[in-house]
Amino acid sequence: MIKLPEPIDRVVANLLKAANTKLPPDIGWALEAAAGWESDPLARTQLGAIMDNVKKAEVLGRPMCQDTGIPTFYVKGRFDASIRNDIIKGIRAATETVPLRPNTVDPLTRKNLGDNLGEGMPSIHYIPTDDNFLEIAVLIKGAGSENMTRSAMLNPSDGIEGIKRFIVDSVLDAGGRPCPPGVIGVGIGGTADECVAMSKRALMSPLDRENGDPVLKEMEEDLFVKLNGSGLGPMGLGGSTTVLGVKIKAACCHTASLPVAVSIGCWATRRAVARITETGIEYEQGADL
Amino acid sequence: MRELRTPLSEKAVRELRAGDTVYLTGEVVTGRDEMHMRAVEYARGGKPIPEGLENSILFHCGPIMVKEGGRWRTVAAGPTTSSRMDLLGPEMIKRFGIRAVIGKGGMSEKVGDAMREAGCVYLAAVGGTAVSIAESVVEVQGAEWEDLGMAEAMWILKVERMGPLTVAMDSEGGSLYDNVRKRLIRDV
Ligand code: SF4
Repeated sequence: MIKLPEPIDRVVANLLKAANTKLPPDIGWALEAAAGWESDPLARTQLGAIMDNVKKAEVLGRPMCQDTGIPTFYVKGRFDASIRNDIIKGIRAATETVPLRPNTVDPLTRKNLGDNLGEGMPSIHYIPTDDNFLEIAVLIKGAGSENMTRSAMLNPSDGIEGIKRFIVDSVLDAGGRPCPPGVIGVGIGGTADECVAMSKRALMSPLDRENGDPVLKEMEEDLFVKLNGSGLGPMGLGGSTTVLGVKIKAACCHTASLPVAVSIGCWATRRAVARITETGIEYEQGADL
Repeated sequence: MRELRTPLSEKAVRELRAGDTVYLTGEVVTGRDEMHMRAVEYARGGKPIPEGLENSILFHCGPIMVKEGGRWRTVAAGPTTSSRMDLLGPEMIKRFGIRAVIGKGGMSEKVGDAMREAGCVYLAAVGGTAVSIAESVVEVQGAEWEDLGMAEAMWILKVERMGPLTVAMDSEGGSLYDNVRKRLIRDV
């Protein structure tokens, strides 16, 4: 563990506040660009209302959406096992101070404990490295988008066409429910569980960061054009702005499998990252993980 | 652009057409999954229902509220996904004489049929615009069934120029969602 300039629970509370109240700049730019090219009047009204809301949330320091979602954490670098308790402490504090809506419940009794915690919460992915820093990243997703997560074990012969078919259908069948226009996170390959995890991790990556893999990059661009040409539009009410970006991650898989997963991020794809070294903390709103 | 004021008459509602944009002033009542289940259960069992639901505007919303000096304040209040309430939608609309449902994403054909029968419309709020809508809440008039939790409770809110709201399903069977869905280009 490195020496920390600030306790982790406080960093976590800062991250939750920042992610909830300030839209990542890359998503803000993408919304502005979309408002520039969108010609459907109803779609323009939707985009205008979203941007207006984003401004108000930032100025007033309030959550941009009432569904403050469920956070997924990514912890990378040097850390101790105790980091889990620190993150829990940070969530408990942020629930009071931001404030966050208490969202977690027992899956069967539906009882809400009121603190956004409980068995298995939060979800934390650990990526230990020997580097001399600690990076804590958080992705916040509401149920509107999380409920639209889809995964499939395709046949290897389905190929790239089959993958694209599944992604397009997943987005269009979700319709207006995940508050489009948003970001489409895709996982291809891996094991079934890793594939879903990749699709969600892809949403952490800023829209202006290019995919290093030329094949995936081309798929991203192609899907971006196709989805925006679908006519679904903001909130599913029609228009040419259905997605702000597509982000794909891939991993090797079994020779008899072709897993694919789609995690839809709404326009309020909320992220925040703290990069902690012994001398200071840098905050950002996206990272390639 | 039209201004609507509650209480809404059946006539006023039946004049609205899919595609119209409106701003709403007056009283709205929030309700999500749990509130729907309880309202229907109580009504079927003859148990009393909190005042305010009858002939109201039902807002599919689980807001963030804070209590300051004994009074509730709305921090964030955007619409939630309405299709989760599809099952109980028709009964809610007919039993309680709901004149408008505010939400996001639209509702099923069966709900559309109930709207046509009873004289009700579906108003699409812009998903996620929770701060703007909270700013249009001028007073929290009631908090019912608080035991369901903040998100699921029934909040009675006084709003001023809440919107923009789009008439996405009208009382004549018109639906923007259907129009869009039918014309979707599914090319890969
Ligand atoms: S999908 Fe996103 S923007 Fe829409 S209500 Fe849910 S969290 Fe908010």
